[in-house]
Amino acid sequence: MADLKIRIGELEFKNPVTTASGTFGFGEEYTDFMDLDRIGGIFTKGTTIRHREGNAYPRMAETPSGMLNAVGLQNKGVDYFISSIYPRIKDYDTNIMVNVSGSTIEDYVATAEKVNELDKIPAIELNISCPNVKQGGMTFGVSCAGAAEVVRAVRKAYSKTLIVKLSPNVTDIASIAQAVEEEGADSVSLINTLLGMAIDAETRKPYLSTITGGLSGPCVKPVALRMVWQVAKAVKIPVIGLGGIMNTADAIEFFLAGATAIQIGTANFIDPAISVKVVEGINEYLDRHGCSSIYDIIGALEA
Amino acid sequence: MKKCSLDMVVSANIPLGSNHFLLKFTHKEQLPEMLPGQFVQVRVDNAPGVFLRRPISVNFVDQQKNELWLLVQKVGEGTRKMSEYKTGDVVNMLLPLGNSFTMPQSAQSRLLLVGGGVGIAPLLYMGSLLKQQGCNPMFLLGARSADGLMQIDDFKQFGEVFITTEDGSAGEKGFVTQHSKLQEHIDKIYTCGPTPMMQAVARFAQNNDIECEASLENKMACGFGACLCCVTQTQSGHKCVCSEGPVFNTKELSWQI
Repeated sequence: MADLKIRIGELEFKNPVTTASGTFGFGEEYTDFMDLDRIGGIFTKGTTIRHREGNAYPRMAETPSGMLNAVGLQNKGVDYFISSIYPRIKDYDTNIMVNVSGSTIEDYVATAEKVNELDKIPAIELNISCPNVKQGGMTFGVSCAGAAEVVRAVRKAYSKTLIVKLSPNVTDIASIAQAVEEEGADSVSLINTLLGMAIDAETRKPYLSTITGGLSGPCVKPVALRMVWQVAKAVKIPVIGLGGIMNTADAIEFFLAGATAIQIGTANFIDPAISVKVVEGINEYLDRHGCSSIYDIIGALEA
Repeated sequence: MKKCSLDMVVSANIPLGSNHFLLKFTHKEQLPEMLPGQFVQVRVDNAPGVFLRRPISVNFVDQQKNELWLLVQKVGEGTRKMSEYKTGDVVNMLLPLGNSFTMPQSAQSRLLLVGGGVGIAPLLYMGSLLKQQGCNPMFLLGARSADGLMQIDDFKQFGEVFITTEDGSAGEKGFVTQHSKLQEHIDKIYTCGPTPMMQAVARFAQNNDIECEASLENKMACGFGACLCCVTQTQSGHKCVCSEGPVFNTKELSWQI
């Protein structure tokens, strides 16, 4: 039995398997299917300063080996999270990290300040990469200056572990990772969804109400792996890898590419207990390869 | 109700016309309780173009045989793959998902269950439970033509059946909303079928001050309220069809009716 513990900033995780924002609700949606206490952490649904209705239906299209979504950050706002959701989830024995989304720097800061007050939330994931909302953060996430500006402001307002979620819809993700590291981010998570679209040839109409949406699932995994590998080489802070992880083998590939932890996203929709299975699978892999710690395989790509 | 992931075994696959089929599944242990209107998420393996599970309504639960029935229309690659299932095949499902139709306040209520196409699926199970509770449900089933009518004998076990077809090849000619049965007094309508049909039924119900519940079928990814993809617009904002539905009181929906 290998040691699966990892650290991100000041925060210890019992294992490196977490669930991706927007695919796992607030955890409660999954408790019938699995024991949340067995995974390293949960990244909540994107939370904004005010209630958001999200985009119009249809918001989802199945695509080859993946799916597009255009949910558009539907959520009831941070105050509702604090009053109604937090009390129900705070005592799970796993790290619960709030995904903080916004459209202006003031909104990000205000939301982060409120979450900073919650004892049982040890970290936030700053979402500067949502592709589904006008100024849904991606405007910040696609330039070094924009990313640096929002992280600088939030860093001043937020004292605990700060993870920044990066957009893959950029020319050089490593330079953006360096820019947010420079401003005091404790970790970066990548990748958010890739901007894509789907068309119904018969009706000549787009499948999504917003025309374009975020692509996820196994189809994005090679892009995600490449970006994790590039970013892990470019920064000193730990990288959290995600993008199309469906099973243990996929997860191991991300560790080898340099990820310290992983997030499981779209796969939760198909197998709601997959994250626990991946924890078990990683354990088995490490034993089989004679490793005593998960750190033995992080960045261990032989190239 | 606790949701679970179960490996179900195919006990029968019965073609119903060229476009539909009835799958019967059993399980080695007692099936969990399922309510009328609830659905299951079927994982379709070995179909390269299928990534997500397929949401399918509970058509019937046979308590004696510990059997679950799914009535399925061949729509795309996923349902076509399901049409090839053979007795003994093992199929993974998440169940039971969603809310359910609500039972009437009185067994004396005059209840009409209006279904169109494959949308008749949940009404069979609902009808069976209504009958069990001493109600006398009436079924109004519509299809394009006679060969689109399914399970009529099954429905007849639980109540009187009325039929409309668009081409007049069976029952009364026209749409379900034109059937003469609607001239009689009705207390409550339960409906499932194509959206334009359900909207017409909801309009009829509203104009005649009849309670109406409709079961919706939006495109969904997870089926249990995590992804927020399958929303419908309601008087109180977006609601998830999978976890806050699929059954809604039609007054609650923001339908232009």
